[in-house]
Amino acid sequence: MRKDDFPLLKNRKIVYLDSAATSQKPSIVIEAMNDFYTRYNSNVHRGVYSISEEATLEYEKAREKVAEFINALPSEIIFTRGTTESLNLLAYSLIDDLKENDEILLSEMEHHSNLVPWQQLAKKNNIKLKFIHINKNGQLDFDPNLINNKTKIVSLVHVSNVLGTINDIKKIAKEAHDKGALFILDGAQSVGHMKIDVKDLDVDFLAFSSHKMLGPMGIGVLYGKSDLLETMNPFLYGGDMIKQVSLYETRFNDVPWKFEAGTPNVASVIGLKKAIEYINEIGIDDIEKHNRKLVKYTVEKLKKLGIKVYGTPKLNVISFNIDGMHPHDVSSLLNQNRICIRGGHMCCMPLMKKLSVNGVCRVSFNLYNEKKDVDELIKALNEILILAEKNGIAV
Amino acid sequence: MELLYEELMDHYKDPRNYGVLKDFDIKESDSNPLCGDEILFTIKLEDERIKDIKFSGAGCAISRSSDSILTEYVKGRSINEILKMSNDDFLKIYGFKPSAMRVKCALLGFIALKKAILRYLNQPIKNVP
Repeated sequence: MRKDDFPLLKNRKIVYLDSAATSQKPSIVIEAMNDFYTRYNSNVHRGVYSISEEATLEYEKAREKVAEFINALPSEIIFTRGTTESLNLLAYSLIDDLKENDEILLSEMEHHSNLVPWQQLAKKNNIKLKFIHINKNGQLDFDPNLINNKTKIVSLVHVSNVLGTINDIKKIAKEAHDKGALFILDGAQSVGHMKIDVKDLDVDFLAFSSHKMLGPMGIGVLYGKSDLLETMNPFLYGGDMIKQVSLYETRFNDVPWKFEAGTPNVASVIGLKKAIEYINEIGIDDIEKHNRKLVKYTVEKLKKLGIKVYGTPKLNVISFNIDGMHPHDVSSLLNQNRICIRGGHMCCMPLMKKLSVNGVCRVSFNLYNEKKDVDELIKALNEILILAEKNGIAV
Repeated sequence: MELLYEELMDHYKDPRNYGVLKDFDIKESDSNPLCGDEILFTIKLEDERIKDIKFSGAGCAISRSSDSILTEYVKGRSINEILKMSNDDFLKIYGFKPSAMRVKCALLGFIALKKAILRYLNQPIKNVP
């Protein structure tokens, strides 16, 4: 699917199977950023000269594009450095309203970015953490009783970056709202890979990153419902987030700018806008179908080789292990065949513990991957199995 | 495709000094956040020399083979001599230069051992890379 649009894949003779870590970028994204730096690089919101106006206009147009992409209002879109910063912003800002012994509900399959901020702030403020366990199919074992009137925040991953599980968000968000809790969604692996409508899902907040959805690195998004953002305190203080400053008092800017202190990453915001336009042009449903087909094909092939696959992968991510071999050894061997996969704990150490492994091998796709890539992977894995057997490593 | 040189492969498949000493003077564990590898050393000393040493933990081919070679090398040597060794010194003994990302795997055990000795001697461990 349009591999030729991605310069890196033309320049390097590799099979890139690590898009869940970061996706490759189409040339139009790179060109849009280059265009900013070579034609109208200037700071936003403050200059009254033409190129600054142009930069501001493009920056705010990008906000509109992101809003439209997830069915939100532009004023509900905050630009951050990425999912991690979006979640930290929420943790630091929301924790002010929590009391001792209030509860935050997370799950065992969270990425460290949706665990560590809550864990550290909960510890400091004597707030209780609770977790939704996962079952042997790698799905959330959700019990509505986990949410009670002490639960103030429920924060969950949409699509697991290890298991590829798509969590039933609507059901849990409704349960959270019924008990008066806020619902936060970590969309790092889902946005750009499947249709996301924040109104339909009815989530209060959504965090995601540009670089996993064909956009540049260094920029991410926090969506928040307007009425909630209005009452929340900013997380970062400084320039651009203020209306009026005196030596002893400050009146903050309106949302979303209240949350965007300092000079933003304008070039990356402009790149993200292009990435969304590119995704829209191809069609998000077609991208989803394409990736799901590749996942299904890969899982069948892996199982034929007798390789253990974790959970029930669906969307774009598959984790597996070769018995008796460390995932990094498998990754290094695949690298000798120019195949790029990820090996390790995937920033999900508690989940690794649950799976009783040190780490996993992970293969992940985006729209530029083809069946041919999977075939090369399978061929190389087959050679590894033979090598392992020859060397007497348990397989 | 080649996983490791033959000699290292032998250490990987059949690691020397693997296990935990019942009678020890030093016990130290460390982990590699890159891959989740963990290592546990137990060491018995005699006259500031390593009389016996064992390692255990789950690791990749590089970390396991390097720990095996490390424990063989240090047995009988004085702890001061080990402290004087640089990372490169150890990599020479290991005899295989892994890729930049995976050098950490080969050095995990060596660095943990140096930290363990410094802790035993009540010396600051800040300067161990």
